[in-house]
Amino acid sequence: MLENYLPILIFLVLGLGLGIVMFVLGYFLGPNRPDSEKASPYECGFEAFEDAHMKFDVRYYLIAIMFIIFDLEIAFLFPWAVALDGIGMAGFWAMMIFLGELVVGYIYCWRKGALEWE
Amino acid sequence: MIEIVYELIRNGLLQPLVSMLVPAAIEVQALYMLEILVKILAILIPVLFVVAYITYVERKVIGFIQGRIGPNRVGVFGLSVWGLGQPIADALKVIFKEIIIPSGSNKFLFIIAPVLSFAPSLAAWAVIPFSDTLVLADINAGLLYILALTSLAVYGVIIAGWASNSKYAFLGAMRSAAQIVSYEIAMGFALAGVLIAAGSLNLGDIVMAQDGSIIHWFWLPLFPLYVVYFISGVAETNRAPFDVAEGESEIVAGFHVEYSGMAFSIFFMAEYANMIMIAVLTSLLFCGGWLSPFQGIPVLGEPSIIWLLMKISFFLFLFLWFRATFPRYRYDQIMRLGWKVFIPITMVWVVVVAVLVVAQVGPWFN
Repeated sequence: MLENYLPILIFLVLGLGLGIVMFVLGYFLGPNRPDSEKASPYECGFEAFEDAHMKFDVRYYLIAIMFIIFDLEIAFLFPWAVALDGIGMAGFWAMMIFLGELVVGYIYCWRKGALEWE
Repeated sequence: MIEIVYELIRNGLLQPLVSMLVPAAIEVQALYMLEILVKILAILIPVLFVVAYITYVERKVIGFIQGRIGPNRVGVFGLSVWGLGQPIADALKVIFKEIIIPSGSNKFLFIIAPVLSFAPSLAAWAVIPFSDTLVLADINAGLLYILALTSLAVYGVIIAGWASNSKYAFLGAMRSAAQIVSYEIAMGFALAGVLIAAGSLNLGDIVMAQDGSIIHWFWLPLFPLYVVYFISGVAETNRAPFDVAEGESEIVAGFHVEYSGMAFSIFFMAEYANMIMIAVLTSLLFCGGWLSPFQGIPVLGEPSIIWLLMKISFFLFLFLWFRATFPRYRYDQIMRLGWKVFIPITMVWVVVVAVLVVAQVGPWFN
């Protein structure tokens, strides 16, 4: 059972290793002649006059919160979906009620304007 | 065919090598590890080859769609065979370019960001079945593993954008992350629909649940989920027409604007590996994987890896076709499509599929 996961672990390590090797190869084979102009952050025509870690739109934050809620919902759906054959009508209706509650929340988000972007 | 080649490599190369170099006490374990390594390379090398050549095919296909001929100069050994040497030339060029590390950046995060987006895009291939026996890791939670690894892609993007300390990179990373995260919900619901229909998380079992001819595949009973899944896949990989994250006309190149040389091309390869991954998953989950569309007819109806490759090529071609024909979406349109169109469609259809399965509607679920 668990030995099936060994190839995955090796594959992950190999993927990480390949990425690192390619980066190192590029770093040492390419030229390395930085100057202050070249290493400054790219901005159209003039030098950057403030830090780029600035305030950003609160809507990104809203999206993140809603993502967590809906993604958790999907995490609940997965085991239910796999076991649907064995849990009968009670299991089916339990999830339908849960989905119904989620739809109420979704409609609330929509009506509040959390899904608007303009 | 592939099994025979593998047997040859194992018996002719690995076994003598192991018995020669390794003490007898750990010979079995060493052979086992080497076998895994050979299998991984047998997946990894073709994937990297396809990643290299899909860039060539992309330029060629888009060229033909626009009435040009695309790359046609770089050949092999002095022969310009339709420019087939182009990806090799590109790779060589990019290795010898300078990697610029911006002065204001967080150097550690800046360096690990491309690796973080590249590694999961390769490691996801570990559980992909290529036929009913050709699979590296036949785990029961295959789809869950894929979902976990494809979700990791967003870390590379957001870390790159943050570490660059450049306004364009920052804006691009915010946009890209919000977009990936939004479409992941629709994608998750679509996958839940597949799970309900197949009753298993194992990718091989999901394909075998579609046994039968073309009308038994899941694309028919799950049609809305199939369309939503593929379009979300295009949006997840930040491909045109959803490529506002790197919209070159406004934020130059988005999150990887500060990356150059090999560091940039690692991001680039990760994007293409993800794109191929989406094509493979769509073929496996909705289009019967290695099953033949003409099952029941002799010879033509045999399941084979050729069918899988043909399906993957078709979906990859769709990616390129989309890029050549659709204008870029506006950002608010993308978010509206994800949140207000795809999520309701998938939620409704998950319920429909559950009802179909509980009522055992044929020919799919009886």
